[in-house]
Amino acid sequence: MSRTYTPAISRMQTLARNPAVIALTLALALAGCANKKNLPNNAGDLGLGGAAGAGASTPGSSQDFTVNVGDRIFFDTDSTSIRADAQQTLDRQAQWLARYPNYAITVEGHADERGTREYNLALGARRASATKEYLAARGVPANRIRTISYGKEKPVAVCDDISCWSQNRRAVTVLGGAGM
Amino acid sequence: MMKRIFIRLMIAFAGMAMSFAPAYALVEININRGNVEPLPIAVTDFMSGNELGAQISQVIAADLQRSGLFAPVNKAAFIEKISNPDQQPRFEDWKVINAQALVTGRVTRESDGRLRAEFRLWDTFAGQQMTGQQFFTQPENWRRVAHIIADAIYERVTGEKGYFDTRVVFVSESGPKTARQRQLAIMDQDGFNVRQLTNGKDIVLTPRFSPSRQEVTYMSFEGDQPRVYLLQLETGQREVVGNFPGMTFSPRFSPDGQKVIMSLQQEGNSNIYTMDLRSRTTTRLTSTAAIDTSPSYSPDGSRIVFESDRGGRQQLYVMGADGSGQTRISFGDGSYSTPVWSPRGDLIAFTKQSGGKFSIGVMKPDGSGERILTTGFHNEGPTWAPNGRVLMFFRQNAGAGGPQLYSIDLTGYNEQLVKTPSYGSDPAWSPLLE
Repeated sequence: MSRTYTPAISRMQTLARNPAVIALTLALALAGCANKKNLPNNAGDLGLGGAAGAGASTPGSSQDFTVNVGDRIFFDTDSTSIRADAQQTLDRQAQWLARYPNYAITVEGHADERGTREYNLALGARRASATKEYLAARGVPANRIRTISYGKEKPVAVCDDISCWSQNRRAVTVLGGAGM
Repeated sequence: MMKRIFIRLMIAFAGMAMSFAPAYALVEININRGNVEPLPIAVTDFMSGNELGAQISQVIAADLQRSGLFAPVNKAAFIEKISNPDQQPRFEDWKVINAQALVTGRVTRESDGRLRAEFRLWDTFAGQQMTGQQFFTQPENWRRVAHIIADAIYERVTGEKGYFDTRVVFVSESGPKTARQRQLAIMDQDGFNVRQLTNGKDIVLTPRFSPSRQEVTYMSFEGDQPRVYLLQLETGQREVVGNFPGMTFSPRFSPDGQKVIMSLQQEGNSNIYTMDLRSRTTTRLTSTAAIDTSPSYSPDGSRIVFESDRGGRQQLYVMGADGSGQTRISFGDGSYSTPVWSPRGDLIAFTKQSGGKFSIGVMKPDGSGERILTTGFHNEGPTWAPNGRVLMFFRQNAGAGGPQLYSIDLTGYNEQLVKTPSYGSDPAWSPLLE
């Protein structure tokens, strides 16, 4: 079977009102063969901070960072301000990153699903940017920090009320993020 | 290039030929009235040596029914059995079952293997043929021929262009919410012939059709670098649009197909840029510390509607194509986003968020005449059918599960689920195919 995106169709012509008259046919083929290719992709899934490793965590490991420091902060609805609880987490992150200066990080910004897709991409970027600025102000060199927004596309909590939405409005600090 | 011009001429010819139909026909639908009573129409099985005739009729009847303007009469009520579609039907037999319009037809195989499909549309009360046309195609394109015939019927009866011979590109979603896979997919407007265009490894969002080429612009997270891409549908070839120092997103073509307009994110701000696809020149159109996104051109290309939270919440703004005269147009209760200018130019469709609900609505380009067409837990992302009469959007219900595509006409009374094999979001309607 051929994969055509513009299937060949001969355009119409009017049939004579008197059915006995055979209409002149004007046929025209619209070409349009298309071979879909599956293009190469980089997998590059950043993951969400590896919450699985709650057991023994070597100091300086990513488990240590996730479990003992805290890899994520949360935001109020439509807000990008760093709350007091988030400031404590980011202060710990900055201290930890100062102790282990070989790590580069990616800050992922996320939004909850109660917004439109495009706006949430920008909102997630704003949250990641605000987080980066805070960390930079606490001494993490800005060139060690990359940001990315996933908008509302990667929720971690799934339900239809505030208990989940508030967990999804987050910025997650990922050690050795993609591209670093 | 020559081919395209020739095709245009052919269509113009067909249009002229149809205008010879009698002006005193009784069957017509004025779709400018509010809630239209659908026109009862009998779509008989096309004559054929196999099941194809009945299949084609079924596609035609389904198109007409979903438009909300036609009510196909149940076949079980038919009295006359059409044995020769070239012969005048017994109009009395159709009037008595209140079929005000009647469609007859025939499908045959040409000696070269092509399919020949002919149809006639009859006005049963006036007792005359309204139009009759025939088409030739490869047998595997039979659904498309049925859509073209449905368009011809729609156009003859309503006086407006149809939209059935069109396709929709969308994001096909599968898997749980926390690990959702997203692929670009394309399908006929009735949900058939779905084909995946990307392999699902990367998040892909907001595909939009080119108005002039077999091309789609969309956003992909490939290589963890979220950027706007172009995808040639016929070759599968892809390219990044521009070399911007940050995330580019929310792309859309200009009406002439020569530019892509999109948002560029830099730190906390997003502003609207265009890139000319021939010269590769980029132009910045907005310059605020706000989120400016979802740009959409007016059909004449002179103006752009977009959303911005520069005033606090997201609202709709209109500006000139050069970025001049940025003026807020939405003032209702709540926030407004994803504006899309109608191909007719008369309306702007949007998503409205208010009171914990998400609605799809329309307003005039000056912001007046706001009308909500559908409202609920989450409706988002309208796209216009090329005739500007019908919108498609996606809906996420409360609870587990994923988004699905729906269509709704401008009256708001005719809402239809567009069935897709998996979840679907971000629909974008193609122009009428040529």
